[in-house]
Amino acid sequence: MKPFSYSRAETVADAVAALVANPHAQVLAGGTNLVDLMKYEVIHPEAIIDINPLPMKTIEELPDGGLRIGALASNSAVAYDARVQAQFPLLASAILAGASPQLRNAASTGGNLLQKTRCCYFYDPSTPCNKRAPGSGCAAIGGLTRMHAILGASEKCIAVHPSDMCVALVALDATVEVEGPDGARDIAVCDFHRLPGDAPERDNTLARGELITGVRLERNHFAQHHSYLKVRDRLSYAFGVVSVAATIEIAGTQIADMRVALGGVAHKPWRDQLAEADFAGAPAEEATFQRVADRLLVKAKGQGDNDFKIPLVRKAIVRALRQAASGTPQSQTNKKIQ
Amino acid sequence: MFDQSKVVGLPISRIDGPLKVTGQARYAAEHFEPGMLFGHVVLATIASGRLIAVDVRGAERVPGVIKIYTHENRPKTAYRDSKWKDAVALPGHPFRPLENDRVLFDGQPVAFVVAETPESARDAAALVHMHYTAELTHTDIVAEQHNSYEPPVARMKQFLPPPPRGDAEQAFAGASYKISADYILSGEHHNPMELFAATVRFEGDGAFTIYDKTQGSQNSRDYVCGVFDLDPDKVIVRNDFVGGAFGQALRPKHHLFFAVMASLDLSRSIKVEMSRREMFYLTWRPSCIQTVSLAADTEGNLEAVLHHAVHATSRHEDYQENVANWSGLAYKCDNVKISYEIVKLDLATPGDMRAPGAATGVNALETAMDELAYEIGIDPLDLRIRNFVHRDQNLDKAITSKALHACYREGAARFGWSERSPAPRSMQEGNDLVGWGMASGIWEAMMSKGEAKVRLSADGKVTVSAAASDIGTGTYTILGQIAAEVFDCAIEAVTVDIGKSDLPKTGVEGGSWTAATTGSAVQTAARAVIKSLLTHAQSMEPSPLADVTDEQVEIAEGRLVLESNHQIGIAIADIMAASGLISIEEHAKVGPDMLAMKKYVSYSHSAVFVEVKVDEQLGIVRVTRVVSAIAGGRILNPKTARSQILGGVVMGIGMALHEESAIDHRTGRIMNHNLAEYHIPAHADIHDVDVIFVEEDDDKASPIGVKGLGEIGIVGVAAAVSNAIFHATGKRIRRLPITIDKILESETAE
Repeated sequence: MKPFSYSRAETVADAVAALVANPHAQVLAGGTNLVDLMKYEVIHPEAIIDINPLPMKTIEELPDGGLRIGALASNSAVAYDARVQAQFPLLASAILAGASPQLRNAASTGGNLLQKTRCCYFYDPSTPCNKRAPGSGCAAIGGLTRMHAILGASEKCIAVHPSDMCVALVALDATVEVEGPDGARDIAVCDFHRLPGDAPERDNTLARGELITGVRLERNHFAQHHSYLKVRDRLSYAFGVVSVAATIEIAGTQIADMRVALGGVAHKPWRDQLAEADFAGAPAEEATFQRVADRLLVKAKGQGDNDFKIPLVRKAIVRALRQAASGTPQSQTNKKIQ
Repeated sequence: MFDQSKVVGLPISRIDGPLKVTGQARYAAEHFEPGMLFGHVVLATIASGRLIAVDVRGAERVPGVIKIYTHENRPKTAYRDSKWKDAVALPGHPFRPLENDRVLFDGQPVAFVVAETPESARDAAALVHMHYTAELTHTDIVAEQHNSYEPPVARMKQFLPPPPRGDAEQAFAGASYKISADYILSGEHHNPMELFAATVRFEGDGAFTIYDKTQGSQNSRDYVCGVFDLDPDKVIVRNDFVGGAFGQALRPKHHLFFAVMASLDLSRSIKVEMSRREMFYLTWRPSCIQTVSLAADTEGNLEAVLHHAVHATSRHEDYQENVANWSGLAYKCDNVKISYEIVKLDLATPGDMRAPGAATGVNALETAMDELAYEIGIDPLDLRIRNFVHRDQNLDKAITSKALHACYREGAARFGWSERSPAPRSMQEGNDLVGWGMASGIWEAMMSKGEAKVRLSADGKVTVSAAASDIGTGTYTILGQIAAEVFDCAIEAVTVDIGKSDLPKTGVEGGSWTAATTGSAVQTAARAVIKSLLTHAQSMEPSPLADVTDEQVEIAEGRLVLESNHQIGIAIADIMAASGLISIEEHAKVGPDMLAMKKYVSYSHSAVFVEVKVDEQLGIVRVTRVVSAIAGGRILNPKTARSQILGGVVMGIGMALHEESAIDHRTGRIMNHNLAEYHIPAHADIHDVDVIFVEEDDDKASPIGVKGLGEIGIVGVAAAVSNAIFHATGKRIRRLPITIDKILESETAE
């Protein structure tokens, strides 16, 4: 651990100014990921800007029926909020599928959006990693790749985004509200995270000095038909090997609207809106779900150790859609998978 | 002697429990000395090669740094290997921190920073830059098994394979039913909750008090005295409380070396605590490849057993454990061939981890037995019962006791085994395939040499002392129970003083022998106190106990009385008062009965029944029920005993489904060195676990009839899980752990 300066931001403007002033500053919210990364010598921030004094903990109802979640609302606060559970049960479910109660109590909404990959090479500063040390190479390629990407990887990076919450947010078409030196702006959550391409050091599309202030969710019709299915190596406190956030609106026996977001497969929560649109009007049945899975995985490519993720996520997509269609979402307390 | 026991055999809560749950129990890292220094270790980031340059300039500039030790400036230590060999040392060259520029394994300590604060030490350690020339590494046992060899020097005679008997190859060739398969176990890391730590109090004039995380305070003391040429009478090592160890703390670790080295060099007190990451580069359960071939006649009588095992060791030491010999004694068979080899890898020296050897080898045997049962078409439990043997055919010795039939019977009844539908994939529940599997377990019931002191005070208070360790197993409590039983007092009247090297000689806490050894020593010393008390009673005038022997008396309600008539006796306080004593103390030495051991050998046994539910499409396995039936001799305390077995079962489930050292074989580096990525079962993975202790009287295993329970709980569990997965899915997965990918990628058997 290296010496760093510590300051508390009293206003959003303070925080933005501090971020602009020092490109090596990091924001501290729950600290569940940041502190780990500092202890492991993965990142060495010069300045820590503690934003916990900022009034961003609340969950508010929007005039059109949606919700706005403050960036500092803890994962637990969101997951157990009655309005979230009623209107966006998929989000509550995904959050509860992740981490442990202790971590969820501390972790914030904004911090969850910004959590770093769990790639073991990223976490070990003595190995090359383009994400940690741009240009140093990727030790994961050809190495231990069991947990790595099957979609959207590049020659520079095959890491995956580890969040559960973000997969649900992507399925729900959430909007990330940010504030920066040039004022406030919205970023569609689907555009928030990036694929690695040639710049894997950049996880997201935040500009320098921008701070996440909240997440907005529009009202939708998916409260009845959704499921978050996470497949992991043990039944709790494990990052997903793959996960699926599925929502489906059924008209009669047909799919009126369907969204499928995948976790654990790419550098960002994976979603293909064009593919989804093609299934509008298709019968909401097993055969369709299999075609959906095939379509989403057309470009899937294993790295060796993780080849099994392709058939696994295919089965998980079908299962999650079946759970969503039948109105029996995956329970995150009784972990029995129906 | 415990026929009508009042304390022994009761489910008494740990007497050290209140201290632990209120934070008053201090562990090795929780002691403080005024002005003490703090140390932090720098770990190698290559697995094989040489240090060519050490750059400490940045580290030295960190405020508060006192000194940075490397192989270039370390103080002189003992020259001869014999001075470095601890009580559990292995054939080979013991690892010496900072010995020279060679790197032998990933995570090897290559520098040590001492500073005024732990933060400075850690910060500076991160700024020590090592320049290496890395060499090609070999860490994959599958790729390296062709380099295996028979250990030229045996660690212990009993680890050597028994001579072949009969003609196993010929019997195998001619048998009606046979199976032969390879079983692979990935390396495992112990990861006890408590990190390795030592707090060294520098007392001057060669005197030290050292709080160490160890399974043997006297082993740590003797090690530092050997390495640093200290006077054993001036060094006290304490391990009052140990937060789990599982065998990892049998041998002294580098934290102890560094702490004493720096304390001596700087004449200051110091504390060194490892990081969780550091715990992954120490003693580990070796990766292992086994080939087991079994053959039987049409009725299931075993006709041939062949077992070949190869496990990993390091470049510098020949670690050995008893992997394969179990196959020659678990069942009746006259044609047996066992072979055992090790192979050098560029990793730290492996070591004993809960049921070392048996957890690995019995697992392979018990999976093979399941395969054979299916090959023949008989119930896996029936196959085991059919081949039951009450003799160790390896050693050609009788067995002191083997209530394994009772384990089979009571375990099967509790589990409902008779309801099992034998065919794989024949039981289903929703999306889940349901499987029932079972296995047997076996472990040596060992007693070693040990000593204890017992003091009885005139007021009836009792103190028991021995340099034993309680590594979370309940040693404090059972020793208190044994003394309370002899003196017919409440356990609250007994003080148990253990965990200090200046107490009566005791070996390391391992191998499940502490209860049998120290327990017997306590009982023997307590009986000696009664004998001495009787002598004093007989010197009283008149004495109602004048003409009796010590075998005819006992203590009841604070009086020394005739066993046959409690009316006749004298109060303890009166006897002591008459002799002008305030207390009587006796010392006892015990050891295995060598004469009996010429004819007998002793083992603990188990039968484990497991239910799994497998979502085959998603590769998810849940172990929904476990029944573990144990034949472990006398159970001193059913509560702590049950906890031991529960822990073993959970660890066995981890072995079956979770635990795996993820090594990047390109570089020989362990990549999952934290508890987020190195998985053990979480609460959600553990469902119903039921423990049964069957009745087993054994007057030869140890004087108190105890066999020990530390290891038997894990043995066979992984095989029972894997057999249940086969029953559920028809997939025989012979490489542990059985992860999602293996369920998805394995073929269903015909």
